[in-house]
Amino acid sequence: MTFDIILSGVGGQGVLSLSAIIAWSAMREGLHVKQSEVHGMSQRGGAVLANLRLADHEVASDLIPQGRASLVLSMEPLESLRYLRFLSPSGAVITSLNPVVNIPDYPDLDELVGHIRRLPRVILLDSERLARKAGSARASNMVIAGAASCLLPLKVETMEHFISTRFAAKGDPVVRQNLDAFHAGREAAAA
Amino acid sequence: MADLVVLGDEAVALGAVHAGITAAYAYPGTPSTEILEYLRVHAARHGAPLASWTANEKTAYEAALGVAFAGRRALVAMKHVGLNVAADPFMNSALVDLHGGLVVAVADDPGMHSSQNEQDSRYYADFARVICLEPANAQEAYEMTREAFDLSERFRVPVVVRLVTRLAHSRGVITAAPPRDENPVRKPASPVSWILLPAHARRQWRALLDRQQAVRAYTAASRHNVLSLDDRELGVVTAGIGRNYYLENLDDLGFVPSHLHIGAYPVPAEAVRLLAGHVRRLLVIEDGYPYVERRLRGLIPPAVEIRGRESGHLPPDGELNPDLVRNALGLASRPGVELPGFVLPNRPPQLCQGCPHCDMFQAITRALDGYAESVVMSDIGCYTLGALPPYNAIESCVCMGASVGMAKGAADAGIHPVVAVIGDSTFLHSGFTPLMDAVAANTDMTLVILDNEVVAMTGGQPTLLPSSRIEPLLRGLGVDPDHLHVVQAHPRQVDAIADLIRRELEHRGLSVVIGVRECLETAKTKKQKIPEAVQV
Repeated sequence: MTFDIILSGVGGQGVLSLSAIIAWSAMREGLHVKQSEVHGMSQRGGAVLANLRLADHEVASDLIPQGRASLVLSMEPLESLRYLRFLSPSGAVITSLNPVVNIPDYPDLDELVGHIRRLPRVILLDSERLARKAGSARASNMVIAGAASCLLPLKVETMEHFISTRFAAKGDPVVRQNLDAFHAGREAAAA
Repeated sequence: MADLVVLGDEAVALGAVHAGITAAYAYPGTPSTEILEYLRVHAARHGAPLASWTANEKTAYEAALGVAFAGRRALVAMKHVGLNVAADPFMNSALVDLHGGLVVAVADDPGMHSSQNEQDSRYYADFARVICLEPANAQEAYEMTREAFDLSERFRVPVVVRLVTRLAHSRGVITAAPPRDENPVRKPASPVSWILLPAHARRQWRALLDRQQAVRAYTAASRHNVLSLDDRELGVVTAGIGRNYYLENLDDLGFVPSHLHIGAYPVPAEAVRLLAGHVRRLLVIEDGYPYVERRLRGLIPPAVEIRGRESGHLPPDGELNPDLVRNALGLASRPGVELPGFVLPNRPPQLCQGCPHCDMFQAITRALDGYAESVVMSDIGCYTLGALPPYNAIESCVCMGASVGMAKGAADAGIHPVVAVIGDSTFLHSGFTPLMDAVAANTDMTLVILDNEVVAMTGGQPTLLPSSRIEPLLRGLGVDPDHLHVVQAHPRQVDAIADLIRRELEHRGLSVVIGVRECLETAKTKKQKIPEAVQV
């Protein structure tokens, strides 16, 4: 079994935290994991990409080959389309539909969403609204993680456990907000 | 010991700790920064080793060399172009008789994710006639770093551990081994080998050359160099992470090529000859320059064809990936998903909203308005993004500190007005020395120091000296106090700063304007600590 995930977004959106939830959970379930990250200049408001590879055997390449990814997880709608060449024709895209408009030629949002909907398997989420509803606008990436949990080869309890542990130092209310955001994403994806 | 999840950089750091280092030194530089960041967190928790940011890579290297002189172990870490800065002590330290291990962890950046070039540090190791180890994953990064210290003491040379971005910033699981104790302080029995007077240096150089035979015997036997003879047609030579891309595609190949993996340099010549004698064609897969490929051309008969980056069968530049290697192996890439009819705009990095650099760039551009011919030399840092729209405010970015010297040259050549724009940390790294030239000649130029009180681009490391020291430093150097100004880099001040710079442009001599405001990112987060490796 190999489950490759492309994670995308804009610098500062929490793409690496999103990747961390999945990576740690996969390791706890005994899978082999490689996670390739972007540090440095691109993090300044530019397009950010992480490669996350889960497998039941040792993973060779840090980078995902073309056409192999089972999943594109994107924190931003335009960025959900940037790495489609890595997505398997049977793979899925899960993306936030909340745009980060920091370039002059950002496409019209309705047109952009129309293009995204043309993809064979896609889940679009208003992650900011769901996160706010859960009590923390910053938990957008938890919403995406929750939606992803429907498709990942991982137990949902493992991911919940990780979220609880990760935010434990910040107190119970923060843990609850993030778990609520996670569940909101999971429910929205299942709907 | 328990398994740990770490970046490649962090694996190097932990390997160094477990090898018993007494000290580590570095200047921040992507993709090497996390090596010392990890060590600083480790040191804060455990009280050792000493982990220091330094003024630049040369001072880092020299401090590490001093530790080695005292018989103890030291790690020095830098990005590839940092080794240019440290090249002087690096080259010469190969000649002294090291008895305390000295390891240079250098992170190359093929593809130039965050760099001005993609130079390959294996050439430097070769140039200095020292050993280079090249890991392919985090576990190897850990083990090779540990071994590098033993090799350094065994062969009395500095040892290079070469990383590439894709390993430095890839997270994986490692199994650590029990740590080794630090060396006691022990000066060399005689300092003669450390005093590189010509007479001594000639002897030391000859001794280093004589030692090459023993070094080659080591790489011939090293477990990092692995030869397996299978197919008689194709032999694959992989180096470092090139092996990962090869293995990724191996199952689809339908046969098993003969294979030589190289993780320890100098290139194991006998293994290469055995491989070449077994096959008709070689494919060399290495990230960076075609270093191994070029070495092979001198080692094997011309009848054996060699394919690689030099021959054009793999791209001569940029970062390798599994698909480039797949195609070079004769396999087609798998189809991905396409979205015809949609053109994706690029999203380049940019200065943060409200960044103090924006205010200074506006002021500079306004001050220069109306001059027929002006130039703005700049440097390495976030502010290099001032080259992009909407600022289009700078005209050069070459290497750390170059803005100051290049401004002097442009002024000497007859351009007026000339501005140099440099950050506070880059100025302390290597802008101070060229400024001495400009002060001595009272060059007609204006230096603008963008002081955001932090090393911003690499993630907010502390600058070596607090900002308040820069002005007295410049006064001490002899900058005319009437033409030395400290201003607040703020949107409300842009007009006043523009007027000030304009006046200084009209002053026919050296002037310096320091624009101060803390980096927004630093102010916002006040530095989140990188967590130490979490146990699985």
